Amino acid sequence: MSLLELKGVGYRAGETTILEDIDLTINAGEWVTIAGPSGSGKSTLVRIIASLLSRTSGELNFAGKSIDTYDPVAYRRRVSYSFQQPTLFGETVRDNLSFPYQIRQLPFDEQRAVAALDYVGLAAGDLDKAVIDLSGGQRQRVALLRNVMIYPEVLILDEVTAGLDAENKAFVWSMIRHFNGDDGITIIAITHDQSEIDAATRLLSLADGRVTGGAR
Amino acid sequence: MNLAVNNQSLILALGLVMIALAIGWHEKLGIDRDMIIGVVRAVIQLFVVGYLLKYVFRVANVWLTAVLILIIIFNAGYNAKQRSNGIPRALPISVGAILISTAVTLGVLMLAGAIKFIPAQMIPISGMIASNSMVAIGLCYRNLNAEFKQERQAVLEKLALGADLKDASRDIVRASIKTGMQPTIDSAKTVGIVSLPGMMSGLIFAGVDPVRAIKYQIMVTFMLMSATSIGSVLACYWAYREFYNERKQLVGPSN
Repeated sequence: MSLLELKGVGYRAGETTILEDIDLTINAGEWVTIAGPSGSGKSTLVRIIASLLSRTSGELNFAGKSIDTYDPVAYRRRVSYSFQQPTLFGETVRDNLSFPYQIRQLPFDEQRAVAALDYVGLAAGDLDKAVIDLSGGQRQRVALLRNVMIYPEVLILDEVTAGLDAENKAFVWSMIRHFNGDDGITIIAITHDQSEIDAATRLLSLADGRVTGGAR
Repeated sequence: MNLAVNNQSLILALGLVMIALAIGWHEKLGIDRDMIIGVVRAVIQLFVVGYLLKYVFRVANVWLTAVLILIIIFNAGYNAKQRSNGIPRALPISVGAILISTAVTLGVLMLAGAIKFIPAQMIPISGMIASNSMVAIGLCYRNLNAEFKQERQAVLEKLALGADLKDASRDIVRASIKTGMQPTIDSAKTVGIVSLPGMMSGLIFAGVDPVRAIKYQIMVTFMLMSATSIGSVLACYWAYREFYNERKQLVGPSN
């Protein structure tokens, strides 16, 4: 059974059509790369999938049921969205990594946080490092960890490597490959980067709010 | 009583308005018309209120007093709503918050024996409470609008991580409550050393012993703390949900 299924999904803002008639099926564990020119509706599409926006037409099903039947908060804990140029919360790395626990009223798993920091090349002591002292690449790594401290089923990435240098970009993609390959998280990633587009196992192309290739 | 304001001295005091008008005219501020309208309105409103209060105090009817208090609360709520800049349901939220903050504060003052349910005490005290609550709620609304605009990205990220509306808005709500209460806290800190507030000044003017007058001012300081904190908390916690739709998506602020 498909994990996500979009049938004729559209989005209009006033008189402007942003997305039109999007059909798309994504299976669990898949990695879908979304590409297209600026203004083609990529971010709107993934924000609809993440339930941060509501479609104005069509159907969107998750795990066989309409997205409208899920509580939006519970749904977003299963379908997590990571932004380009993320905002880190509070003052320290700890404030960010503990946030997913805090909103679920769970005790913070510090051991897991330290292991995660080690995995992304940060030290255990960095847990209490001020977020303003992190580099751009470190900020993005911490933001991504925040999304997966408690595993979601789907991770949506909105140009998360834009603006990063080659080394950080490679590192972030290795993290995402790990989430997909080892942890089985379904990945939906928007990118403008040609090398990432060339390496895509499944590429969905958008232009003027319509799918021009890769849907099934 | 040693009050000496009569009609003749009021007319002479009008000279003070002439000074303000002259400054406005000389500096080409373009506010002459507004100033004249303001002065005329103030004089008419105060005369009407003066005669109305004289009648109400003389009749001393419980229901009439209650109705007047409710009118004060509704007007305060309406004015607070005007500062909401389009927050949905701002009128019932404002009226509800001011009603509860006024009722709780008046209730405690009456239970403590500080005031009695007589129009000469209830109406002025209700007005003071409601107007301070109104100002606090107006500040809360302004801050909610500004913070939801400025922190839009952070709120979206919190929602995207699965935060409920309360968790996503917590920092904004706290900052807004603080903003609403700040003027009352600031004036409590400086009362007596920077300003001699209205209640105290009025009593001293009327010939009351200053040591007795300060006791009333202390009561006013306490009651305004209570009123602005209750009003700010209720208005912020009721209003922040209006920035989201039924699918728990961020939709505001409207401007």
